[in-house]
Amino acid sequence: MQPFHYSRPVSLAETIVSGTQKHSRNAEATATFLAGGTTLIDLMKLDVMRPSHVVDLNSSAREFSAIRFDGSTLRLGAFAKMATVADHPDVISHFPVIAQSLSLAASAQLRNMATLGGNLLQRTRCAYFRDPSWAACNKRSPGSGCAAIGGVNRQHAVLGTSKHCIATYHGDFAQALMALDAAIMLIGPDGARSMPFASLHLQPGNTPHLETSLRPGEIITEILVPDGPWTRRSRYVKVRDRQSYEFAVASVAVALALEGSMVTDVRIALGGLATTPWRAVDAEDLLRGRRLNEASATEAARTAFAGAVAQAHNAFKISVGQSAIVRALLETAAMEAHRG
Amino acid sequence: MADTRFPQATGTMGQPYRRYEALEKVNGSATYASDVKLAKTAHAYLLTSRIGRGVIRSLDLVEARAIPGVIEILTHQTVGESIRQTQALYTGGYVADSVRPLGSAEIAYWGQPIAMVLAESYEIAREAARKIGVSYDVSEPASSFDSAGVDMTALEPMNLGVGDFKAAYANAAVKIDARYSTPVQHHNAMELFATQCVWDGNRLTVYEPGQYLNNIKYGLAEQLGIDPELIRVVNPYVGGAFGAKGFLTQRTALVAIAARRIGRPVKLVATREQGFFLSAYRAETRHHVQLAADSTGRLIASSHEGWEVTSRADVLALGGNAITLRLYGCPNIEGRVNVAKTDRSTPGFMRGPGEVPYAFAFECALDELAYALKMDPVELRRVNDTKVEPIAGLPYTSRSLMQCFDAAGAAFGWAGKTAAPGSMRDGDWLLGWGCAAAFYPTQAGNSAARVRLSSDGRVHVSSAGHELGQGMYTMMAQVASEQLGVPIEHVTVSLGDTDLPPTIVAGGSAGTASLAPAIMSACDAIRRRLQTGGSPAADVMTAMRASGLGNIEEFAETRAHGLPPESVQGMYRGRVAMSGGVHLPDRVQLAFGAQFVEVRIHARTRELRVSRAVGAFAAGRIINPRTAHGQLVGGMIWGISSALHEQTEIDERNASYINANLADYLLPVNADIADVQAIMVPEEDNLVNAAGVKGVGEVGTVGMAAAIANAVYHATGKRLRDLPLRIEHVLEEV
Ligand SMILES: Cc1cc2nc3c(=O)[nH]c(=O)nc-3n(C[C@H](O)[C@H](O)[C@H](O)COP(=O)(O)OP(=O)(O)OC[C@H]3O[C@@H](n4cnc5c(N)ncnc54)[C@H](O)[C@@H]3O)c2cc1C
Ligand code: SF4
Repeated sequence: MQPFHYSRPVSLAETIVSGTQKHSRNAEATATFLAGGTTLIDLMKLDVMRPSHVVDLNSSAREFSAIRFDGSTLRLGAFAKMATVADHPDVISHFPVIAQSLSLAASAQLRNMATLGGNLLQRTRCAYFRDPSWAACNKRSPGSGCAAIGGVNRQHAVLGTSKHCIATYHGDFAQALMALDAAIMLIGPDGARSMPFASLHLQPGNTPHLETSLRPGEIITEILVPDGPWTRRSRYVKVRDRQSYEFAVASVAVALALEGSMVTDVRIALGGLATTPWRAVDAEDLLRGRRLNEASATEAARTAFAGAVAQAHNAFKISVGQSAIVRALLETAAMEAHRG
Repeated sequence: MADTRFPQATGTMGQPYRRYEALEKVNGSATYASDVKLAKTAHAYLLTSRIGRGVIRSLDLVEARAIPGVIEILTHQTVGESIRQTQALYTGGYVADSVRPLGSAEIAYWGQPIAMVLAESYEIAREAARKIGVSYDVSEPASSFDSAGVDMTALEPMNLGVGDFKAAYANAAVKIDARYSTPVQHHNAMELFATQCVWDGNRLTVYEPGQYLNNIKYGLAEQLGIDPELIRVVNPYVGGAFGAKGFLTQRTALVAIAARRIGRPVKLVATREQGFFLSAYRAETRHHVQLAADSTGRLIASSHEGWEVTSRADVLALGGNAITLRLYGCPNIEGRVNVAKTDRSTPGFMRGPGEVPYAFAFECALDELAYALKMDPVELRRVNDTKVEPIAGLPYTSRSLMQCFDAAGAAFGWAGKTAAPGSMRDGDWLLGWGCAAAFYPTQAGNSAARVRLSSDGRVHVSSAGHELGQGMYTMMAQVASEQLGVPIEHVTVSLGDTDLPPTIVAGGSAGTASLAPAIMSACDAIRRRLQTGGSPAADVMTAMRASGLGNIEEFAETRAHGLPPESVQGMYRGRVAMSGGVHLPDRVQLAFGAQFVEVRIHARTRELRVSRAVGAFAAGRIINPRTAHGQLVGGMIWGISSALHEQTEIDERNASYINANLADYLLPVNADIADVQAIMVPEEDNLVNAAGVKGVGEVGTVGMAAAIANAVYHATGKRLRDLPLRIEHVLEEV
């Protein structure tokens, strides 16, 4: 870990200034925000993230940690802890997929430390990204190549990859937000704005080092999730190599609106399989207006992987992913969901 | 109050006393090697090789040296021959790996230390290490079995056999011919590989977690070229070892030299990742097993050939087929062992070193044979149970294999099994039941102990034993308490210090079997001095008071059955001498067990979990059922881990390990371990050693992977012969 400058501003205005000051003085010296630190500190110790200036948001952004549900929109402060949100009664009863995606993530200790905003911005677990002694990593050093293609890539993505990067986006919570069409609120040097959550993460293409559409110095302040006929009948299925404290091999967030067994609306998002939070739009289109049963679920699951590209060690993820979609759809359909 | 989780004292079971050091461990006051605070300590950080094979062309230290707080940087240019090349353990020496990390510019494996930075703080040392510029001439490494340039050797001296395997196999009615493999695994004890060295004039004190402190002392003296009596190695607590801290590694000499050069104590706490290279590991293995039986299930031919990975520098061959092929009666047997020399660090011993991989192959093959015979796998083992080992016809000192199968099978409910694969289900989960035998050689080494009885009724026992968490303190206190008839609360224990009487390595499940007899012998000597004759231990204190003496102290050494007299001298020089198992001229001694597991596989997404495991073990006298129970249950959990989770992944391009951290190297978490039950089957064996102890440290792990793979077959009809067993291996196409 290289020495760095640390500040803990007490007001949001000051935070925004300190987040950008460094940028203007020296383009090389990046100011990086610290929330729970469970991604950032880890990567600093590994020498992967080398900020010269760390701006701790924990004093200034405390106002953005509330959880409120007014019957039509769930507002989640970006600094709320994963554990708090996972345990919140409104979240559990009205947005089960959100509660489950959080409580099935990481460990109790991490969930107590980590914030929602930090969770959305967690970095990939690609082993080659996390070890700077591997020279080839386009995400770490643009243009250097990709050590994972041709390396050990069992955990890498099969959807959204490019020939420049195949790193998986491992977060769970993001899949629930994808499925529920969430939006995020931002504050930055140029003021406040909002954007659909689906626009936050960028596919690697030929610029895998550009991961989000955040502008320099911008902070995520809130997450807004609209209520809908599908939110209560929603579920998160996470398939993994051990029972807890492990990233997904494949995960599926499903939200369903049914009339009898007829699908009136459906949302499917996939985790552990793609380079970014991933919505399986074609699979949804195929199901909308049809009966949900083993056959239609299987057909939808196949559709979701139409464009999948497997590497040497991860072809099985396509099959696990398809099974996970079928399982998630049928289990969600079987939920006792009451209209609120 | 009686605790129902383990047997209470009866017959061959001793008292389930609580751990001697429980309080210190719970309240955090137990001092581990890296907890020792020495004035003016300099902190060391290792820079390790990022190539798998080649030569260091140049090292640029300018930027690193410029960092404030950097004291010194050691490289091959400054260390070189100051650490002597000595014999490795496997050729009669001390050190577990004969490549000297900073001995030359030569790189033998990825992760090899290439520089050691000494600084005022750990963080400064780490930052400086990262600023060192290294350039290499890179050669292509051979990373594993199938790599170009691997050197495969058949170890003919390890061949074994009887009868005519080939002819018998060719003519048999029912046969199994199958190949199996096991992965690279690392011990990953919680405590990292730490070493602190401090010189006082020409005297060196080493604080380092170890399973054999005298091996460190004498080996280090040889490497440094100094009198062993100038070295003291201390560690009263070891935070888990499992074989990884078994023997001297090259890091110790580096730290000692660094401390001498800068005239300050030096502390190294290697990172988790570096630990994957600094010490031994379980190398990958391959197996070919052929079994043939007649229609009643009697084995008529069995063959087990193994292939093991080792390093270029050292040949380590574990040859677990020397046991698997002796487990059951069979007239025609053949065994062979091969090693593949690769560009990796030297592997070594990991809990059940040869037993775990070889048992996986052999006990799976037996299950395959049972299905081929349409026979219950327990009955197949019963039909082939034997009182003599089949190769030389030597008697077992005791053998309770079928008692274990019966006890564990009854507790598990094995009789309720439906045999057909895929025939059991619970909702969305496929169920599978499987079983396997567990075994471990009963071994012992020479040992010494000192016992002091004071007139106030206090007893002190000392020996350079090791507390790895297995219960050594408690065992030592308990044996003295029982032998002298004093309450255990009045006994104190010293261990973990080379100034104490020597004992053997805390390995091979032989710690208690070796040391308990020495403590018993010292207690005997005290009783003899008090002339209590044959009277019960309860009378010792009466005699002590009558004697008018303040203290009686006795030293005793014991020699293990099968070891020559000259081996006693070796004990005083940190040598490894252990005998027993299948390597005695007159008899065979093994601890046995039987393990039953239930697996659950999700019908759609194929997650594989062990929902229930029952093991029954017969291991002679159990001195403390509480700590023994901990070893057995812990061993079974290790087995689940070994079958379903653990695998060190190699990137063949540079023979590197790419998951060398606890997030990516999977170990089971609590949620993975459901219902694990260990039953202790009473067994009396007065032949094995004076204490009648067989040892329980490893046997609990041995059969688990086979039992699990056999259960997966029962659940799915798929034979999985390569560990670990993962989702992708039990998939079905959508
Ligand atoms: C061993 C381990 C296992 C894990 N398992 C899982 C898992 O199973 N599933 C899962 O989903 N996650 C998992 N995680 C990831 C974990 O959830 C994230 O590390 C955590 O959520 C990050 O939150 P944080 O508040 O600690 O972020 P930080 O580390 O503080 O920040 C992460 C990044 O986001 C930026 N940032 C933080 N907050 C904001 C904000 N409000 N606005 C703008 N930028 C911001 C920071 O600058 C930094 O770059 C695991 C992590 C570990 C270490
Ligand atoms: S997959 Fe992406 S993150 Fe991983 S090595 Fe390749 S470029 Fe880097």
